[in-house]
Amino acid sequence: MSSFPIDAIRADFPILSDKIRNKPLVYLDNAASCQKPQAVIDSLVQVYSHEYANIHRGVHTLSVRATDRFEAAREKVQHFINAASEKEIIFVRGATEAINLVAQSYGKSQLQAGDEILISAMEHHANIVPWQMLCQQIGAVLKVAPMNLQGELIFDDFVALLNSNTKLVAITHMSNALGTINPVEKIIAAAHAHNIPVLLDGAQAIPHLQVDVQALDCDFYVFSGHKLYGPSGVGVLYGKQALLSAMPPYQGGGDMIRRVTFAETEYAGLPHKFEAGTPAIAEVIGLGAAIDYVQQIGIDNIAQYEAELLAYATTLAAEIPALKIIGQAAEKGAILSFTLKRIHPHDIGTMLDSLGIAIRAGHHCAMPVMDFYGIPATGRASFAMYNTHREIDVLMQGIKSLIEVFG
Amino acid sequence: MFDDLRDLYQEVIFDHNRNPRNFRVIADADRQVEGFNPLCGDRLTLYVKIADHVITDISFQGEGCAISTASVSLLTEIVKGKTEQEAEELFTLFHEITTGKSEQLNLEALGKLAVLAGVREYPARVKCATLAWHTLDAALKNQAKSISTE
Repeated sequence: MSSFPIDAIRADFPILSDKIRNKPLVYLDNAASCQKPQAVIDSLVQVYSHEYANIHRGVHTLSVRATDRFEAAREKVQHFINAASEKEIIFVRGATEAINLVAQSYGKSQLQAGDEILISAMEHHANIVPWQMLCQQIGAVLKVAPMNLQGELIFDDFVALLNSNTKLVAITHMSNALGTINPVEKIIAAAHAHNIPVLLDGAQAIPHLQVDVQALDCDFYVFSGHKLYGPSGVGVLYGKQALLSAMPPYQGGGDMIRRVTFAETEYAGLPHKFEAGTPAIAEVIGLGAAIDYVQQIGIDNIAQYEAELLAYATTLAAEIPALKIIGQAAEKGAILSFTLKRIHPHDIGTMLDSLGIAIRAGHHCAMPVMDFYGIPATGRASFAMYNTHREIDVLMQGIKSLIEVFG
Repeated sequence: MFDDLRDLYQEVIFDHNRNPRNFRVIADADRQVEGFNPLCGDRLTLYVKIADHVITDISFQGEGCAISTASVSLLTEIVKGKTEQEAEELFTLFHEITTGKSEQLNLEALGKLAVLAGVREYPARVKCATLAWHTLDAALKNQAKSISTE
């Protein structure tokens, strides 16, 4: 794909010119967190240099300016995922906090003992543990829809688990450990046929796929800023306005009030009802800058380029007999999770690091996925828009060399 | 190609990783403790026989990276025949050296274990080397059925 401006994009990310252990950095740990373009870094510098103050309450100029920037970022998020209203965009610390918010606010107020929450076998811990905590608190039951060995949701089994007790479906849009992209349109349609709301965990999907929450008709969508080339410490909960309106606040204090006396508190309206305390002001504005950057490249262009990278990596990986790819779903994002015969992923990670190559080695906060495959961990190379075919060559050469060293 | 890693991955480590020593179950062990590193999934079980405060036999089962496998394999070789107190002293010394808390590197006192001293330059890998020793420590203190590095 010659039209993809890879050289210009790489030039936008200062860290990509750095050396690690005297070798050019090959950064392939994007599923954990992405590097930041100069535009995002500049936006943080700009905020802290010239636009910083606390938001929403100050009557002075700086506060008004910061508030404007902050709320402009909310509108950017709204348009990015095509939400119907900016009231449906709640800023939180990240995807994990967003799921916890839904579990503790929606879950605790709407579910009761015996109700079922349906997740899938490929979830990472952030979309397992908050539901387990809720189940313990209220006596609800966590059900798990199985996957096959390719790492694909077994759709018929998923549908068979939907019943009149099911009160919520929470499922990943794209698996962080396997790369699987779930058939979320079909999942949502099947759940809605039983009037069951659906939460999509978009932490992995959001930098790679066009997300239109109205077209999807999902009830909740969550993602983090740091995987979308934005700052860490900020993320988004999207919820349909009717659902959010009916939910009680998650935390108390600060922006979430309209009026407080010692006798009672009148809560603010959406979205502020769920934004207690001073938020990550500069980071939210930085997330807005990241969205601008991604939209300037075009998410469809990014998706197409990353699909090429994945196909190239998969082809080269197939030529290494000791390498086994974990997760071979037909619909898959740019993640190559793998094991090497008799070489532990942590040894792979350290050896590749000595060549300047950053991959992930571990269970990727998805221990049940590792249990399913009977392995302790995988090595995971995950690609972003700034990675190149040449970097994949370097990765594969490194893997071949370390196989030789281990004999 | 991996010249930078010579201190970390010495040939002794590859050898013990390929052919771990005392890799077996002791059916009538006096102590049996599981060690687990939840960050990477390394898991091992130590089997220890003790008579008159002397470790008369020790073995392990489990799976992990080359560093953790070599560490536990070397451990079983070295502490066999030592008193509980000698083993504890070795644990303390090993822990200090691998975590960089020791001012002077008394590598001689470590004997063969010195090949693992290189992990001090790789903070992410220290737990791989020390897992076996924390597990032994728990076994000697007869504290727990399983221990975790977290």
